[in-house]
Amino acid sequence: MLIGIDMGGTHIDGVAIKDNKIVKTIKHPVDRKDLYQTILNAIYDLISDLDKTQISRVNLSTTISTNAIVENKTTAVDLILQKGPGINFEFPEIAAEVNYIDGYVDHRGKMVKDLDYQQLAALKKELTQHQDLKQESNLAENLKHDLNTSQEKNLAVVTKFSTRNPEHEKAIAEYFANDYYQITQGHTLSGRLNFPRRVNTAYLNSAVYNIFQEFANNIAAALREVEIDAPIYILKADGGTMPLADAITRPVETILSGPAASFMGMSALFDNQMDSVLLDIGGTTTDIFFLVDGVPVFEPTGITIGKHKTLVRAIYSVSIGLGGDSCLSIVNSSANDDLAARIKIGPERKGPPLLFGGETPTLTDAMSVLHKLDFGHLSAEQVMLARQGITELAEQLSLSPEDFAEIVLTKAAQTVKNQVDSLLLRLNSQPVYTVREILADRQIKPAEVKVIGGPAKILAEYLEQEFKLNVLLPDQFQVANAIGAALAQPTIELNLLADTQRKILIIPELNIYEKIGSRYSLDEGRKYILRCLKQAAKELSDSKLATEIIEESSFNMVDGYSSGKNIRIKAQIKPGLSCAIEHE
Amino acid sequence: MQAKNKLGLVFFPAFDWAISPRHPEREERLLYTQDQLFEEGIQDIAGVEFYNPVPATEKDVERVHFAVPDVKTRFSKSHMVSMGGAIEAFDLVFSGRAEKSFALVRPPGHHAQRVVYGDRGFCVGNIEAVGLEAMRAKYGDLRVAVIDTDCHHGDGTEDIYWNDPDTLFISFHQDGRTLYPGTGFLEDAGGPGAYGYNINIPLPPKTGEQGYLYVLEHIIMPILAEYKPDLIVNSAGQDNHYSDPITNMNFTAQGYAILNEKLNPDVAVLEGGYSIESALPYVNTGIILAMAGLDYSGVKEPDYDPVRLRQDPRITEYIKELSDVIYERWQKREILAEKEYGKQKLVQRKRNVFYDTDGIMENQTQNFKVCPDCSGLNYIDSRSDWGSKIKGITIPRDACTSCQNEGYELYEKSGSGLTNVYLQDRANDRYLAK
Ligand SMILES: [Zn+2]
Ligand SMILES: [Zn+2]
Repeated sequence: MLIGIDMGGTHIDGVAIKDNKIVKTIKHPVDRKDLYQTILNAIYDLISDLDKTQISRVNLSTTISTNAIVENKTTAVDLILQKGPGINFEFPEIAAEVNYIDGYVDHRGKMVKDLDYQQLAALKKELTQHQDLKQESNLAENLKHDLNTSQEKNLAVVTKFSTRNPEHEKAIAEYFANDYYQITQGHTLSGRLNFPRRVNTAYLNSAVYNIFQEFANNIAAALREVEIDAPIYILKADGGTMPLADAITRPVETILSGPAASFMGMSALFDNQMDSVLLDIGGTTTDIFFLVDGVPVFEPTGITIGKHKTLVRAIYSVSIGLGGDSCLSIVNSSANDDLAARIKIGPERKGPPLLFGGETPTLTDAMSVLHKLDFGHLSAEQVMLARQGITELAEQLSLSPEDFAEIVLTKAAQTVKNQVDSLLLRLNSQPVYTVREILADRQIKPAEVKVIGGPAKILAEYLEQEFKLNVLLPDQFQVANAIGAALAQPTIELNLLADTQRKILIIPELNIYEKIGSRYSLDEGRKYILRCLKQAAKELSDSKLATEIIEESSFNMVDGYSSGKNIRIKAQIKPGLSCAIEHE
Repeated sequence: MQAKNKLGLVFFPAFDWAISPRHPEREERLLYTQDQLFEEGIQDIAGVEFYNPVPATEKDVERVHFAVPDVKTRFSKSHMVSMGGAIEAFDLVFSGRAEKSFALVRPPGHHAQRVVYGDRGFCVGNIEAVGLEAMRAKYGDLRVAVIDTDCHHGDGTEDIYWNDPDTLFISFHQDGRTLYPGTGFLEDAGGPGAYGYNINIPLPPKTGEQGYLYVLEHIIMPILAEYKPDLIVNSAGQDNHYSDPITNMNFTAQGYAILNEKLNPDVAVLEGGYSIESALPYVNTGIILAMAGLDYSGVKEPDYDPVRLRQDPRITEYIKELSDVIYERWQKREILAEKEYGKQKLVQRKRNVFYDTDGIMENQTQNFKVCPDCSGLNYIDSRSDWGSKIKGITIPRDACTSCQNEGYELYEKSGSGLTNVYLQDRANDRYLAK
C-alpha cells in the first residue's frame, strides 16, 4: 500500500493506494503555524482504519522548505565564492555575507590558479571571530536563548566551473569543516553549468538545512512511534522523489514540489499518449503544464523561487491568477463597447465567493447564476446572495446576470488560452544547437486539454470552444495532488564529462572525479553512466527503475599536436509513475 | 542583472557540422564558448534573449551570390542554417525584437565572394551580406557600414560591396603580405561606382590593444561620423587574439570588448577565431557584455598579461603613419577616383581566385559599366579549372531603367559557350539562371 501526502497552501490531502485502487482519501486544512503537526494529523487520520503493516512506502510533498524561504525563516549562511575572470557578479538577492577568494578553474576543468591558503586563513579568522562575537553578545543579551541555534551557522562554497573540477570546493569545505554546522558544496547539487544559479542553489540548501533536518527527524520518529516502518520519500519539483535521508542533505530539492504533485496526479488520472496542455484550476490560481511524448516538459535550467534562480530540476509550470475565488470587477476600457474588455477577472483573490459568505463577486458566483454548480448543499439563500452580487455588476454594463455570467466564463477560458499560447511560443523557440534539430523543428502542438480542479467541470465547455480541442476531465480529482505524490518514484539526473586529453572523468552529482585512459570512448561513457545510475537507483528504491540516456555527444578535440575526445552524456531515471490507477 | 541594451543572441554552434574532423572549423569550435556563456549565466540576464536560426531560402542566397551550378548543389543545409542565423540576427533589430544583436553562428562567411564554386577560407556563403541584403529586400534602402574586425582580410565582403556606395566596407586585418588571403591593401578602394567606400587597414604582425584602438579612434570613428550610416555591422572575427593559432596578432578579450563598446554596432556576426579554448570563451563573453551595455571589466583570459602583450613602439609609430595616410585617402576619395578611373566607360578587373578549402582555381573578369544615373550594370565572366564557364550579370539596387533593360538584354543574348548564365536583378529582387 502506497501512502501519498500533499501539503498545499491551504489544504493537505492524503491518499492510500492499494493494488492500483484508491482505498482512502482525506483532506484537512493546513495550520501554517504548525506544519509538522498538520502532516502528522493527516497521516494519523489516513491510516486510522488501515492495516499499517501493509504500507510499503510513504511519499510526502511538503512546503517546509518553500515556506522557510518565502517567510525568511532560514538559518544564517556564510558564502565563500570563487568567481574567477568573467562577469563581476553581485548577489543582491542573497541575504548573506559574500566572501570572494582567489583561484580559478577554467571551462575544461584545468586548474589555472590555485587556492591561496594565507587568504583562506585570514578569512577563517574573520568569519569565526564574527561567530564568536555573535555568540558572546547573544549570551549576554539573552541568556535564556538556546545557544545551539546561534552556533548553527552554515556555509555554502561555490567555485566557478566546479562541475568540471570540484577540487577547490572540496578543499575549502574541508578547510572550514569544523567551523560550521553544515557545509554545502555547489557541485553536489547539479551537474549543470550556471555559476550564479549554483550559488543561489547552494545558499538555499544551507539556509533551509536546519529547519528541514528538524522536520525530517521529527517525522521519522513520529512514524516509528505509530509503527509505520515503511521508507519515507520526499517529493521534488521534478515530479520524482528522494529518500528522506537524501532530502536531509539536499533539502533545496524539496522546494516547490506542489505543482509537480499536481502534474503527477494528472498523469495518473489520464491516458498520456497525446501531447497535451494540463490545467489545474484551483481557488486562486490556474497551474499550466505541458505533456510531450508522454513525459513532462521541464524547466530549461531550474526552478525560480522568489528572487532566487536555482538549478533545481523542475517540471515546467506556470501559475496565473485565475481561479474560482478570483474576484470580478468592472473597469473602464478604451473600447467601452467591448463588454468583455470591461470585465476584470482576478488576478487577486479578495475572499471566498458570495456564495460562501464572501463580500466580492467571484468566478464561482458567476457559475452559480448559470445553475452550473452541483454543490448539492447550497441553500436558496446562498444562491440568491451570489445572484444579487452578479446582477449589480451586470447592470453596470446593462446586461442580464445570465449574459454577464456567460461573458465572464468565456473570458476566463480565453485568458487561459492566451496564456497557453504565449507559453507555447516560448517553449517552441527554445535554443537548439545542431543542424539536425533546426531542420527537424520539433514543435509542441497540444492535441488535448486535460483539466482538474473545482471550477474545471464548468469551464470545460468554454475551454473547448476557445482551444478547439477535446477537453478531458477525470472522475476523481479532489486529491489529485496526493495521488501524484503517492505514485511518484525516485528520480536523478547525472551528467558525465570525459576529457581524454586531460584523462579525467567527472560526474559531479555523484562526486566522481577520476582518471581515465586516453582511449576512453563514448560507448564506455554510456555504459559507465548507466551503471552508476542503476547503482544509484538501487539505493533509492526496491522497485526496478528504468534508466535512459537523454543527451550525448563526443567532440574531437585538437589542441596543437595532441588530440582527444570531449565526451558529454546526460542520463536520468525515466520520469514516471510507479503504477497506474484503475479507472472506474 | 539587467542589460542596458536589449540584446538578441543567435547562438548556433552547429555541434553536428565540421569541414573535416581535425579542421579548425569543427564541431568543437564553439563548445567552450557555450560552456563559458552557460557558466556565466548569460541566459538569465534580463534583456538578453537567445534565438534560433531560421534556415535561409535560395532567394536569400541568390541576392548575394552566383552559386555554381545552383544554390541547392553548392550550399549544404548547414550553410543555409548559418546564413539563416545571420538573417535572424539582422531581423531581430529591424523588427524591433531587440535593440542589438549578435549572431554567434558557424560556418563563417567573409571570404565568400560573389561567385561561389566552393569553399574558400572556410566560407561558402557570405553570412553577413546574405543577412544584410535580406533586410534591404524587406525594409528598403539602407546606408550601412560593415566593419570587418577579423584578422584576415574580408575579401568576400569586399568583392560583394566593391561597387556599392551605400555600403561602406572597412576591414582591418593582418597585412596581406604576411597572411591569407594575401589581399586587402590600401590601394584597393572600390569600383567606379563606389570608389573610396572600400577601406583596407593592413596592420603589422604583433599589433596589440593600443594599435587596434588607435585605428578605431583615428580612422574608423571619424569616417563613420562623416558617412552617417543607418546601421553599423561588426563582421566580428576573433582571430586577432594573441592566442590564435593561425595568425600573429596580440589583441585581447578586453580589447574586443572596448572596441565593441566604442564602435557600438547594431549587429555583430561572428567570423573567424580559432583559439577555441583560450580566446573565444572570453572574447565572446566580452562582446556580449559590451553590446548589452554591461560591465565587462572582469572578463579577462586566465593568462592575460598586459606587460607581455605591450605593443612595440615601432609598431605604434607605423600605425600612426598608416592611419594618417588612410584618413587622407578617405578625404581625397573623389580626386583619387578621378585618377584611378578617369573617363572610362567600362572598367575591367581581372582576378584569379583560389578556393583553398576545396582546391579550385577561378579565373574571372569583372566588368563595371560607368553610368551617370546609377552605380551601373556590371557582370562577371568566370571560369573554373573544374570546367565551369559562367556569366553573372548584376543589375544594382539603384539601377536606372536603361541599365535594367541592358541587363536583361545581356542575359537574353548570353549563353553560347557558357555552362551557366545568371541574372541578379537587385532592383526588382528577381533572380534568373539558365
Ligand atoms: Zn579570420
Ligand atoms: Zn544606369
